[in-house]
Amino acid sequence: MTDSKHNETICTQQNNTNNFQLALWTLAWVASTAFLRFGAEYIWDYQAAYSIIALITHLALGAAMIMVNVKHLSNIDELQRKITMDAMCITLGVGLIAGIAYEQLEDIKLITFEPEINHLIMLMAITYIIATLIGNKKYQ
Amino acid sequence: MKNRLKVLRAERDWTQADLANALDVSRQTANAIEKGKFDPSLPLAFKIARLFTLPVEEIFFDDPP
Repeated sequence: MTDSKHNETICTQQNNTNNFQLALWTLAWVASTAFLRFGAEYIWDYQAAYSIIALITHLALGAAMIMVNVKHLSNIDELQRKITMDAMCITLGVGLIAGIAYEQLEDIKLITFEPEINHLIMLMAITYIIATLIGNKKYQ
Repeated sequence: MKNRLKVLRAERDWTQADLANALDVSRQTANAIEKGKFDPSLPLAFKIARLFTLPVEEIFFDDPP
């Protein structure tokens, strides 16, 4: 047990590397989303060939982000995995239920504007953060 | 599920960080298992048993309802 500090440092470094990789790929995917949307409008004036290239890049980065996330999940320990999976489960449920209800709001004339996917994504992001914080608090 | 991890750890003069490193889990996980807040998987329970060279049932025991 004398080298516990050293092992802890290696473990922390590994986690930091995984988190950094996940953050990097997520950032690349978010940037590609913006590039796809605003590039078409301001750079290549909606030319189909460029839009298709940007779309394929966006989807490829999204696929890479998913793979890195799966790798991240397999590298964390079982309690951390449980907290993350619980948060993902709650986020999926909230996203599905709130998304469908939100979509119906316009149909049943409770709101006058068209529901936007951005609002749902924000709700899911906030739900995930809160669920993760609660999970971490629960197992402290 | 209850366990004797705290006692076994104290007998060996290990910190929670020592235990976490020996089991290759985070300190949060070692702490949650020790406090009975989180039940480890069978592979992790056997790893703990091997670490303390004890049968699993001498470390973990059922918490009657």
